[in-house]
Amino acid sequence: MELVLFDGFNGLIQGAFYALMALGLSLIISLNSVINFAHGGFMVIGAYLAFALAPYLGFWGALIAGPVLAAILGILVERGLVRWLYGRPDPVYSLLLTFGLALIIEDSVRTIWGAQGLPFAIPSALDSPLSATYFFITGYRVFVVGAIALAAGALFAFLRFSSFGVRIRAGILDLETVEALGVNVYLLRAVNFAIGIALAGFAGVLAAGVLQLSPTMGNDVIMATFVAIVVGGIGSLLGSVLGGLIIGVAAGVTSAYFPVASDVVIYIIMALVLLVRPRGLLGQEGLFE
Amino acid sequence: MTRDGADAAHAPARIASPAGPVRITGHASPIIANLIVWALLVAVPFWLPLVGGYTALGTRILIYALCAMALNVLLGFTGMMSFGQAAYFGLGGYGAGLALMHLTHSTWLAVLAGTVLGGLAAVVLGGLVMNSRGIYFAMITVAIGQIFYFIAERWDNFTGGQDGLAFSREPLHFGSLTVPLGQDAFYYFVLFFFAIGAAIIAILLNAPLGHSFVAIRENRRRAAFLGLHVTRYVWASFAIAGVLAGLAGALDALLNNFISPASLYWVESGNFVIIAVLGGMRSFWGPLAGAIIFIGFQSYVSSLLPNNWETVIGVLFIIVVLFFPNGILGMIRRRVKFG
Repeated sequence: MELVLFDGFNGLIQGAFYALMALGLSLIISLNSVINFAHGGFMVIGAYLAFALAPYLGFWGALIAGPVLAAILGILVERGLVRWLYGRPDPVYSLLLTFGLALIIEDSVRTIWGAQGLPFAIPSALDSPLSATYFFITGYRVFVVGAIALAAGALFAFLRFSSFGVRIRAGILDLETVEALGVNVYLLRAVNFAIGIALAGFAGVLAAGVLQLSPTMGNDVIMATFVAIVVGGIGSLLGSVLGGLIIGVAAGVTSAYFPVASDVVIYIIMALVLLVRPRGLLGQEGLFE
Repeated sequence: MTRDGADAAHAPARIASPAGPVRITGHASPIIANLIVWALLVAVPFWLPLVGGYTALGTRILIYALCAMALNVLLGFTGMMSFGQAAYFGLGGYGAGLALMHLTHSTWLAVLAGTVLGGLAAVVLGGLVMNSRGIYFAMITVAIGQIFYFIAERWDNFTGGQDGLAFSREPLHFGSLTVPLGQDAFYYFVLFFFAIGAAIIAILLNAPLGHSFVAIRENRRRAAFLGLHVTRYVWASFAIAGVLAGLAGALDALLNNFISPASLYWVESGNFVIIAVLGGMRSFWGPLAGAIIFIGFQSYVSSLLPNNWETVIGVLFIIVVLFFPNGILGMIRRRVKFG
């Protein structure tokens, strides 16, 4: 029973990461119409920037500064490269451009910080188990789940209640009309891209505390993130959260009972979901097809 | 061909025109262009070493070109964004390798086994994916590829797991004559299958089947109104791409005398897409041009900058997407006003 709880809790943490990554990616796919293969790369950038800044700013400062700097880099990439693809409906171009970007990011990180894994220190207050029986529930892990829930909640509140968030949601539904109403859609898309990247960077810093830093840490996450989005339904933010949690917990529980299949189970879930519901759990018919 | 409204509206009408067959693969002078291509391919073992290459590099280019041309039937001509071509490529490799290890000493039969394994998987799975479209099609194809990848990685005692399988290709026997498959001989062995594959693709694309593919690419809904069973044609296109990917994968395994799960990984699928786009998705020979540039560039840059060649490849992708969206051949054709 404890083993199942252990793996289930691990799965929940995994799922929370997938959900946070999927939220950012989903925003970018919906409003920028770009399948961002470099999303994992931006996660790595956020983590390494936090690692570099932690000696000066401390953990809490780095936790904020890493994602913010990643988001600024994201704006530069959006203004410099991604926006040229907005007129091209074929998804192949955005896939290839961001695929190239992912290669460059991974290579640069490896060149700057080395290929070996680096440890990322977390505050000692968060480092101890909360209970002797459930030794795997450390303060940091609970903090991670809480922080991700907070970030997701803040995003939903921003989209729901702020006028900028309302414009983003309107733009996802009909960008042309939003533009005709006098909204600066260039700014809208740039900020939206930056928000997505900031979420990825935030996930990266949090993940660095659980695992350790490595230039390839984004590769393992990016495919799972795509799976989470497709399971939840492309274009649905709530679906992204749901999809992330489902595949995270499923992978965790599977590794308790049938460890050989723990990697493959998320793809099997995705194939099954798509066969039964071709648009994902919460996706809209006809969108992104 | 771009996807702007005028072209999209114009193309189906052109296909339906009774004024004669449409040359989907056309150049201004296709016969001369094709002759030049084939002459250069046949002479590779003689001229490639002179320009700093080696014959096995040419073999690798042919294999990747074949797989990317097969993918291009689906990607460039049917307009379906498949991101799982490596699944059938890798299965072909495992089919050939396992056949050589357990079943046969004939290299021909090993190629056949790989083609059948990859092709069978594509035929069966094509029936599952044919109803999906757009991003969903890309994601479900990549998911299927990843399933095969993890099976190959985890099934240690059959597939060798992460370490892969090593074997060796056997000499060919023609009656009493024995031909060892050295570097040059194996190049011609691969060229033989490349020619068969290219001919099959060319014939199918110029047949009504290929015109139906293009009609689906240009306007799926209109094609359906015209009475085409769109999903069945997607299935057919998927199966063709998969069978020939299996063939290419079998040849690749024999070239390296080795197969590992890396051949099934999604990054490999991405490489095939890039090769097709790099050369030109809308042209028949585009993927060959793409393979020459991609494989040649990769080999050159990785020897020049062993630590940072990925950055150079990444920059290449971005430049191609931003400045040459129609691929190298598409750009040349626009400049020279070919067909």
